[in-house]
Amino acid sequence: MNSQLNTLEFTLVVALGSFVAGMLGSLTGLGGGVVIVPLLTLVFGVDIRYAIGASLVSVIATSSGAAAAYLREGYSNMRVGMFLEIATTVGAVCGAFLAGYLHTSIIAIVFGVVLLYSAYASTHTLTDPPEGMAPDRIATMLRLDASYPTADGLKSYHVRRVPLGFGLMYLAGVLSGLLGIGSGAVKVLAMDQAMKIPFKVSTTTSNFMIGVTAAASAGIYLRRGYIDPGLAMPVMLGVLAGALVGAKILPGAKVRTLRIVFGVVIAALAIEMIFQGVRGKL
Amino acid sequence: MTGLDRDAAVGGKVDDKSVEIFLGKLLRWGVLLAALVVFVGGVWFLAKSYDVEQNYRTFRGEPADLRAVPMIVRQAIALRPLGLIQFGLLLLIATPVARVLFSVLGFALERDWMYVILTLLVLALLVYTLTSGAGT
Repeated sequence: MNSQLNTLEFTLVVALGSFVAGMLGSLTGLGGGVVIVPLLTLVFGVDIRYAIGASLVSVIATSSGAAAAYLREGYSNMRVGMFLEIATTVGAVCGAFLAGYLHTSIIAIVFGVVLLYSAYASTHTLTDPPEGMAPDRIATMLRLDASYPTADGLKSYHVRRVPLGFGLMYLAGVLSGLLGIGSGAVKVLAMDQAMKIPFKVSTTTSNFMIGVTAAASAGIYLRRGYIDPGLAMPVMLGVLAGALVGAKILPGAKVRTLRIVFGVVIAALAIEMIFQGVRGKL
Repeated sequence: MTGLDRDAAVGGKVDDKSVEIFLGKLLRWGVLLAALVVFVGGVWFLAKSYDVEQNYRTFRGEPADLRAVPMIVRQAIALRPLGLIQFGLLLLIATPVARVLFSVLGFALERDWMYVILTLLVLALLVYTLTSGAGT
């Protein structure tokens, strides 16, 4: 598609697509990054390596851009975030290394599978863990337990199964470094399902961690020449603007319907990525 | 940190919450600055080469002067449009690094030395991947 477009046309179309991706990502809480790579590769015919580089940059933009709103609310847990970032950053470096050795078809197939999981995870509403759980030894040692604001005042919670959560976070880091995405779905899985952290805390802490995880692999991508300024520019500006607009209209939006629509779109893109990967076209 | 220490810290305004609010503002300004630099570089780039045909279909990799931090800074100072965009992207990548750096200070103010060390580990890894030749 891009072969007929000149630079100005290409930039504007990519910026518009990224804007929509960023807005949907912010409205549904899935992040814009998951659709940027399929959008660039499947629709605009961009090489997957350039697409991953541009996506990674946009992931940092949305994470850091949204942090102010999240942090003010007082939900995120700095200790949980920082402790788990050891796992995600080491994972991200491993993933970025791996990206240099794997064939792009394999990367496309892994991408499709992760996208399918994200679409599936988006249909599940998270529930808070039952109250009155006993404290966990490792979590106590690491001072991970905390409290968060609710309608009935501050509520304290105990963090569970730290080693499992840490392991899943390493995986989230590898996927983030390999695919140039935020891996928000895996991060929330680790914190919500494994560590039994209340969902408001896990979603905000996850956002907080995504930027740091992406920064760990960004340096490697930059030096490999995956980050093209001409392509990353419209993607980053588009996703960022879309995410900001999405956050503004979020209170009045019909999020449930949007989530389903976005989930279906993601699933379709995922299947197409896997198909093209198997055919060796990506 | 004991309960008493924590209360004292809250009274002295050095708690997680005030550190977090400061960090949030820092990140937002960092992102806005980065976006501004990328935008200026982008408009300039488009003004100069809007009618060039683009080809991202085949991966060639970026030229050396858009890959390494010192070269990018030099290109930006020389006011090359692509160098400016790349410099804006570097500023963006630096925002989470700054967040980690300030978290070290935040934990130090709380006298939580275990987390000072854990956070320094993350910081060291980030600085290493950004400045060394790792992965190429």
